[in-house]
Amino acid sequence: MLPLLHFHGDVLKLFLLALLATAAVAVASLFVGVSEVSLLRLISGEGDEKMLMVLAGSRVPRTLALILAGAGMAVAGTIMQMLSRNRFVEPSTAGTVESASLGMLFVLLVAPDLPVMAKMLVAAAFALAGTAVFLGILRRVPLRSPVLVPLVGLMLGGIINACTTFFAYRYDLMQAMGAWTSGDFSAVLRGRYEVLWIALALTMAAYIAADRFTVAGMGEDFSTNLGLNYRTVVTLGLVIVSMVTASVVVTAGILPFIGLIIPNLVSMAMGDRLRHTLPWIALSGAALVLLCDTVGRIINAPYEIPVSSVLGIIGSIFFLHMLLRRRYRAA
Amino acid sequence: MIEITDVTKAYGNTTVVDHVTAKLPKGGITSIIGPNGAGKSTLLSMIARLIPSDQGTVLVDGLDVAHTSGETLARRLSILRQDNHMTARLTVRDLVAFGRYPYSKGRTTAEDQAHIARALGYLGLEELGDRFLDELSGGQRQRAFVAMVLCQDTDYMLFDEPLNNLDIRHAVGMMKLLGNAARDFGKTVVVVLHDVNFASCYSNHIIVMRNGKLFLQGTPHEIIRPETLEQTYGCPFDVQDIGGNRIAVYYT
Repeated sequence: MLPLLHFHGDVLKLFLLALLATAAVAVASLFVGVSEVSLLRLISGEGDEKMLMVLAGSRVPRTLALILAGAGMAVAGTIMQMLSRNRFVEPSTAGTVESASLGMLFVLLVAPDLPVMAKMLVAAAFALAGTAVFLGILRRVPLRSPVLVPLVGLMLGGIINACTTFFAYRYDLMQAMGAWTSGDFSAVLRGRYEVLWIALALTMAAYIAADRFTVAGMGEDFSTNLGLNYRTVVTLGLVIVSMVTASVVVTAGILPFIGLIIPNLVSMAMGDRLRHTLPWIALSGAALVLLCDTVGRIINAPYEIPVSSVLGIIGSIFFLHMLLRRRYRAA
Repeated sequence: MIEITDVTKAYGNTTVVDHVTAKLPKGGITSIIGPNGAGKSTLLSMIARLIPSDQGTVLVDGLDVAHTSGETLARRLSILRQDNHMTARLTVRDLVAFGRYPYSKGRTTAEDQAHIARALGYLGLEELGDRFLDELSGGQRQRAFVAMVLCQDTDYMLFDEPLNNLDIRHAVGMMKLLGNAARDFGKTVVVVLHDVNFASCYSNHIIVMRNGKLFLQGTPHEIIRPETLEQTYGCPFDVQDIGGNRIAVYYT
């Protein structure tokens, strides 16, 4: 993948450094948890079978899932911001996540025995429909203030969520629903996270189409002027966002705010030329989710604080900070 | 040549552009003037296929804009609308570089680089190249957008009120630049203007719109007359010949 990166000189060095740092956190996260897994004992051959099993069956899948989900959600957030032309939008403020949850509930009710992949696809179809409704509202109701846009998304999400809760309550599935409405990677095991590789494939696809998304972020008129079919780009973006969101919701649950924090931080630092920034966005997303999950495992050990709670605290502070900053209100 | 035939656009019961038929000559500057709500911007947007027309056709060098691929048109015709605010946070150089998108799809060649450098130079933006658009003044941003359109290097360039946000020096500079593009590079410039005197001094051809209809067209000497301007704008005008140009005086 590296030769694909359009980095040169110092930027490339910096990126490799960041990559190394993230890799270090990833490796460290393998050794955090209730069951003891020690690198020294594994290397010296003292590690028992149980230790290896925990590492291969739980820790490695968990770390991989965190990386894939974090990178995917950060990229999905970026695409949403380009398509809706609003800095406050991400899958959890646009009804995407709630729609995916409704899709999950639907599968659970109608065809509970479907394989994970099929469940993901159904959730993705719901997410696609929900997000399309959101973008449709934005097209029809021109909102004067950019702050209103995520409010519309949150309200839409609230309505969809109400439907989900209603049916979950009626069919006694409230508890099952809890499993995927709060993002938690403690249940990720080998065989239960692989659908997230799709998120990675889609993230790569987004990178190939990076320039198109940047042009879409310039608006429909600019896109048309530059000979780009705006609707095609929006459709491509919606499919990527929905599939990534659905695959994350199916495996770990909702990861709020990642798609808001990371794209905005990267944009502040280096702008929105996505061909240059998407690798940074993916990497930072992975790093932040890894860090939050590891922190959640450490601070209340031996119990765990779900990553969505840690993210929720950091994310809502960041969201407030954004709201209070003038530049964003004007943008 | 741009051939507009029987083009109409209505929003609900309001007809914004009403059966307009006109031929915009190739080469030179054609200005579209008229009071607010005359349909100037809508007509320009329909020529550039940003808005579909309800009825009628627009041909650019014989290509029907409604049925020609976006990619082909993007190499022939470019448009800059007014009020361009974008979410994507780009540097001036990145923005201008996207003018080459129809040719290189984002992978800029040496030729593209030359175009980018030239466009930045024309608009005096060399030193602002690495600044982000949201860090610029309105006038600087407007010049950056024009540089992008210039970089697109199309035969036809359409601008909707390009003098918005520009001070007098930059407004004059902009009109001279468009004149040079038309004269030295054989470009056809179509521009919606509010200032009739800029239209008078720099146009080869003027189109006057009123109530969605094509009201008059002709050379500046034919159009910039007290009686035609009074009929167009509905207020009294005095017109003087100054230095070979017709200058309308309407301030008092």
